[in-house]
Amino acid sequence: MPLLETKGLKKYFETPRGLLHAVDDVNLVINAGETLGVVGESGCGKSTLGRLILRLLEPTAGEVVFDGQNILGYDQPRMKEMRKQMQIIFQDPFSSLNPRMTVSEIIAEPIKVTRALPTQDAILERVFDLMGIVGLAERFVNTYPHELDGGRRQRIGVARALALNPRFIVCDEPVSALDVSIQAQILNLMMDLQEDMGLTYMFITHDLSVVKHISNNIAVMYLGQCVELAATDELFTQPLHPYTQGLLDAIPVPSLSAKKHFNIMKGEVTSPVDPNPGCRFAPRCPRVTPSCAEQELELRERRPGHFVSCCR
Amino acid sequence: MSENLLEIRNLHVTYKTDDDEIFALNGVDLKVKKGETLGLVGETGAGKTTMALSIMRLLPDRVGFIKQGEILLEDMNLIKVTEADMRLMRGQDVSMIFQDPMTSLNPIHTVGHQIAEVLFLHHPNAAANEIEQKVDDMMEMVGIPSDRKAEYPHQFSGGMKQRIVIAIALACNPKLLLADEPTTALDVTIQAQVLKMMNDLKDSFNASMILITHDLGVVAQICDSVAIMYAGEIIEVGSAVDIFESESHHPYTVGLFGAIPDMTKKTRRLNPIDGLMPDPTSLPLGCRFAERCPRREDICASERPSVMQMSATHGIKCHLFKRGDERATA
Repeated sequence: MPLLETKGLKKYFETPRGLLHAVDDVNLVINAGETLGVVGESGCGKSTLGRLILRLLEPTAGEVVFDGQNILGYDQPRMKEMRKQMQIIFQDPFSSLNPRMTVSEIIAEPIKVTRALPTQDAILERVFDLMGIVGLAERFVNTYPHELDGGRRQRIGVARALALNPRFIVCDEPVSALDVSIQAQILNLMMDLQEDMGLTYMFITHDLSVVKHISNNIAVMYLGQCVELAATDELFTQPLHPYTQGLLDAIPVPSLSAKKHFNIMKGEVTSPVDPNPGCRFAPRCPRVTPSCAEQELELRERRPGHFVSCCR
Repeated sequence: MSENLLEIRNLHVTYKTDDDEIFALNGVDLKVKKGETLGLVGETGAGKTTMALSIMRLLPDRVGFIKQGEILLEDMNLIKVTEADMRLMRGQDVSMIFQDPMTSLNPIHTVGHQIAEVLFLHHPNAAANEIEQKVDDMMEMVGIPSDRKAEYPHQFSGGMKQRIVIAIALACNPKLLLADEPTTALDVTIQAQVLKMMNDLKDSFNASMILITHDLGVVAQICDSVAIMYAGEIIEVGSAVDIFESESHHPYTVGLFGAIPDMTKKTRRLNPIDGLMPDPTSLPLGCRFAERCPRREDICASERPSVMQMSATHGIKCHLFKRGDERATA
């Protein structure tokens, strides 16, 4: 059952040089209890997409359907009510926590803002509850974020996102600022929480090995568009879009037998300001044809459940 | 002349703050052969960058101190060299590529000017047109058209900026290149381009390279040998084959590999290393990893292990391998 759907979602930013197509006609479906991984290089619009879904940014066009209802039409009070069900974990646990608030104040804030619990005691009890869930020792309750290391700080971010019992969480690169050994702890925690609480995640990252580990489905983005969407195993074993293939080839694998002969994608991401019509990957594509620059592309189902936008 | 370009012996470095003394490096021994790429791996705070700064003699003044040890670059002890001589050696003999290309370039000078600066400093008598020619050559070599030399850093993308930084580092043909997480700030497709280019250039300049990284994948792709650091010590060193294919490893190395999501296998749970790195102001008496080690024994808390040689190239600093007995193979 789909919990969240985006239909023709667009976000254009006005810049002095023209319209910046940050997110351009993205159609995604996330089923309840599953994780959709969103992968792409910096500037491909993956974080903007996460923010549009939570209406932290207003989309230019399109629909965000949560639990069967288009939430874009909601007014402020209704949206506030809605946000209890949809939360976000940010990338950098160093800048996403207020340095002047203690751990308990940070975790309690969403509860206070929404007046979800009546008394101070009930709130504090809930805070201790949440700290237990994310594996933070009770003795940290009155410490400030700067006293804690990155892994513990990210646990605070997770506890804050869980405070209102959401059904859906956007995870915007939650582990990229952490060391590998700590990264593994947080990923395990997030997977355990999903199992225990039946959470639905949209997991935004640039790290393909992380996304493979945690996702059921993966959407690959390039310059604001979703270029390939498939089940995780299918995407890694049989990538169809040349960009996905290049991306997979570029990952350094920690094993000598898998040493790559450096089959490297050429060039860099082109500008998202007033992009040329046709395939946006064409300038870097190893299999480009003259017709690539002409036809508008849409995601088409090549195999059951495997969508690609490529004219070949 | 020995075949080692760089040899570090028993290096101790501390940082002094108002309250504490931080023990950043505690007896590091390391050898880098001519033409070799050594990968220096470890988590945040392991002392990787301190090591590079010690070799460059760029530790913060009156804060970072080299307490004891030797850093020999072709039999010259860098610790004893005067500041004036050291200044001549930086760029010429040893040069460094910093992590973040966004901050390591000067925003108010053109990139051509910044490449030329190194050349001017090391060849004060060179003619202006010779230097211009060399700047053009360097830019073409790192894959940027030389007619962009009059542009400023903000006009380039992240990958291009890192290419400029590499051009600056290589302008005077250094013997040793220190690359401190050169690709961490870059996207994976750009990272692959930059790594390949660095490796090719290193070979064509016949230089050695120390590549500092926390990414074991990057190490497997381009390094000849690997040193793994933990709490200011090198706990395991060996050729790439020793580290990636041999059976015996330091428990920390095993933990590090276990924590990476494996692209080739399907596992539901990762195996993180429990706990945190010890406080560098008061390090434990025995093995620094003992507290987090799944295979800890009584001796680990009281006695510091010395390096056990598993083979000519492979050394492990762990009590488990004392007699190379059957306990050693996990």
